[in-house]
Amino acid sequence: MSTVAAPSKQQRKDYVTDQDVRWCPGCGDYAILAQVQKVMPELGVPRENIVFISGIGCSSRFPYYMNTYGFHSIHGRAPAIASGLKVARPDLSVWVVTGDGDGLSIGGNHLIHILRRNINVNILLFNNRIYGLTKGQYSPTSEQGKVTKSTPIGSPDYPFNPLSVALGTDATFVARTIDVEAKHLQETIRRAHEHQGTSFIEILQDYNLFNDGAFAGLTEKDTKAETQLVLEQGKPRIFGKNRDKGIRMSGGKLEVVGLSGGYSETDLVQHDETDPHLAFLLSTLPPAAFPTPVGVLRCVERTPYDEIVAEQMRKAVETQGPGDLATLLNRGDTWVVS
Amino acid sequence: MAVPPPDASAAVRKPREERESVVIRFAGDSGDGMQVAGMQFTNESALAGNDLSTLPDFPAEIRAPAGTLAGVSGFQLNFSSREVFTPGDDLDVLVAMNPAALKMNVGDLKPNGILIVDKEQFNEQNLKKAGAAANPLEDGSLAAYQLFCVDITKLTATTLRDTNLPARTVNRCKNFFALGVVSWLFQRPIEATENWIDQRFKKQPDLAAANKRVLRAGYNFGDTTEIFASAFEIKPARIAPGKYRNITGNTALAIGFVAAAQQAGRPLFLGSYPITPASDILHELATFKNFNVVTFQAEDEIAGVGSALGAAFGGAIAITTTSGPGMCLKAETINLAVSVELPLVICDIQRGGPSTGLPTKTEQADLLMAMYGRNSDSPVPIIAPSTPADCFFAALDAVRLAVKYMTPVIVLSDGYLANGAEPWLIPKVSDLPQFPVTFRTDPVGFFPYLRDEQTLSRPWVVPGTPNLEHRIGGLEKEYLSGNVSYVPSNHEQMVRVRARKIAGMVADIPPAEVQGPTSGDLLVVGWGSTYGAIAAAVKQAQEEGKSVSQLHLRYLNPLPANLGEVLKRFKKILVPEMNMGQLVRLLRAEYLVDAIGLNKIQGLPFKVSEITNRINRMLEARN
Repeated sequence: MSTVAAPSKQQRKDYVTDQDVRWCPGCGDYAILAQVQKVMPELGVPRENIVFISGIGCSSRFPYYMNTYGFHSIHGRAPAIASGLKVARPDLSVWVVTGDGDGLSIGGNHLIHILRRNINVNILLFNNRIYGLTKGQYSPTSEQGKVTKSTPIGSPDYPFNPLSVALGTDATFVARTIDVEAKHLQETIRRAHEHQGTSFIEILQDYNLFNDGAFAGLTEKDTKAETQLVLEQGKPRIFGKNRDKGIRMSGGKLEVVGLSGGYSETDLVQHDETDPHLAFLLSTLPPAAFPTPVGVLRCVERTPYDEIVAEQMRKAVETQGPGDLATLLNRGDTWVVS
Repeated sequence: MAVPPPDASAAVRKPREERESVVIRFAGDSGDGMQVAGMQFTNESALAGNDLSTLPDFPAEIRAPAGTLAGVSGFQLNFSSREVFTPGDDLDVLVAMNPAALKMNVGDLKPNGILIVDKEQFNEQNLKKAGAAANPLEDGSLAAYQLFCVDITKLTATTLRDTNLPARTVNRCKNFFALGVVSWLFQRPIEATENWIDQRFKKQPDLAAANKRVLRAGYNFGDTTEIFASAFEIKPARIAPGKYRNITGNTALAIGFVAAAQQAGRPLFLGSYPITPASDILHELATFKNFNVVTFQAEDEIAGVGSALGAAFGGAIAITTTSGPGMCLKAETINLAVSVELPLVICDIQRGGPSTGLPTKTEQADLLMAMYGRNSDSPVPIIAPSTPADCFFAALDAVRLAVKYMTPVIVLSDGYLANGAEPWLIPKVSDLPQFPVTFRTDPVGFFPYLRDEQTLSRPWVVPGTPNLEHRIGGLEKEYLSGNVSYVPSNHEQMVRVRARKIAGMVADIPPAEVQGPTSGDLLVVGWGSTYGAIAAAVKQAQEEGKSVSQLHLRYLNPLPANLGEVLKRFKKILVPEMNMGQLVRLLRAEYLVDAIGLNKIQGLPFKVSEITNRINRMLEARN
């Protein structure tokens, strides 16, 4: 994002602030913070050129713990503030930290429009499928029927899927990772940083206090090989403890097939980050029958909004010359009174 | 056929009747080009040296069905050989292009006023659309006026009969016939309009030629036919020498912000969502990219102000433009700007409310919202321009104060200022205030909320500055470090220092200045666009020897330091406002004075006579 090289070798500790981290013990936010602080020094961006912007919610405390520039704003509006900052200052590396409530409920409108515009901002959406800061109401990603403080006999709301929402806006970079998968999380953040345009990462996050086991079985050592489908560009979609299952396309639908029972890798679809239809199918796989896809679902090139704006400004100066205030004031019909 | 030039070469000149000032309104269907006719007549009058003031009146519907009452569009102009304060109360001249326009406007025409109608449009179909039972041209209902029936439609068609233009196109030229007639009637030079037509139809030379021919035909019609016995002459006004242009409030705001950003030495960023009557500022600023102006048409009002605040964090001169409904949506972000203490200018082009209200009509009822419409104690400076041209200086002032005090500033304009126009003595760039912005870059002794001793403003540090990385946010901050703090005494300290900072801006605004004697029987206090009507009414009263003075407030928060003392020197205080009484409430609360409101809530500006009547009544009453 920034072309200016870091002056000296940065380290993780350079990104740690003097503020006490105040998330609940065991919260996935700790793991995400640790990985982000670990990756940032490796991106080659001077620390002073990095800005973290958040909305409201537990995840939105994030900027206070990052020793970069930071802006803890208001509920749902981080994408709007980040848009203005990035368009005004294309030289900065701008990161938005949001959650399933902040980004998809109160801030849903801003989220879809920043994705649509493809402003060169990286968005980390922590999805724990619950409202944490307000102590446990259901969120737009909570499962239907969820019993919470505000839905004592079950939520009547149908949830939506953050990845499908992002893909629906024609976002140019859409990925999913998991709070406790340190390496994968780091790699996904790196990919997001490299991408020119809005990068959207859903980070699945367990939250032991109000929504323990939100993604049960997904990260446990003994089950995760069966429950995660790790996507890699150009590689067949294989999963399972013994790498013995794959995802095949059949009749326009995806299905799980066993690689020992007559199917081979050549029968499987190779993962293609530029294919919008496959990306959408992957985003909608029902969790009960399929593993959960993680990785980059979509990555395509499209000129970011901020670059188009900068180009328009450059052209305006080129064709009209730099603006002259006296000329501007004297535009149109004028007359002289003597 | 060579068209004779509209000058004194006519063999027999008709007599000239001198008038001091004239109020004229062009009214027609919204497709009839009345705004164009009105604006060109304004230009002609400005070039003739008159002082003037204009008021367009659009229907809320873009294109209501042709010929209906809902589709009537009007443009009013007051031009004079004396100083002009308002677009005028009652009309001396009404041009009505159809029965609907006549019906909607004739009530404002003075008895014996000049009424010019397009006779051919008073047909059965149009009369029915206007809901007229009988033809007013024939039933004697217009006997109180000097009625001139001109076959505008037919004469336009006759003028262009040798062209190949389609009938529909020909019909659309008729506004220039009406303009030609009126231009002759008031002896206006029409060359500027011809030039404008050439520019406007640069790519369609046949249309340019047609419109110019129709304009001349209208002019010559007035000159040569016997329908008008005489023409009128309005001598040039004695106005300050210099170079002038006409300017609307919205244009003045737009170029004012460009100027402000240049004077601050920073790029300008506008985050905005389209809304009547503020959208023209967005349209205009979108054309100034070569001035380092970014316009961001956001997805909604919240993102409009949010993006602006983000740009301010990045070091831009950040503004957002809106009207009342948008102000409601922006409140939370304005409050964030109050909390993080970043400079931001919010323009509210007020319109009739509540809710969607009257989108195209004017009102000044957002003052209390600007003062108090945010959660908690949240002081925001407020500036209200008083005339269209004053909007330019209000923009400069708002930016100057925002960056100096690191605060959001609200500019309260309104629909009347936004679309109204007046001649503007174009300032010299060298005469404009300069306020170059400096960002803090020195890490030694830096704290994000370290305050300047004099202004109490915190340093502006932009991302990209090494070793000054810091975090800001909407949570309460520790007094110096800006770290999140829930300490009770710290909160009180922060609330108080934010209030003190804004109150202290009083040192940076001029004292209240009374127009007329500085003590007396009655002081008329106003703010915003009521300036002209109040000034005209007070001037009139002063000329009649009455003890009346005017005080117009440009700074509504903080109020000028000497205001309380000024108010106490008058026996009575009258506060005319286009709302239910908002400034009057502030004055009564702040200064314990028995100020009385004069309130008009019709979506229309005050007439001078409405204020005059109240002045007289208050002076007559014993107490």
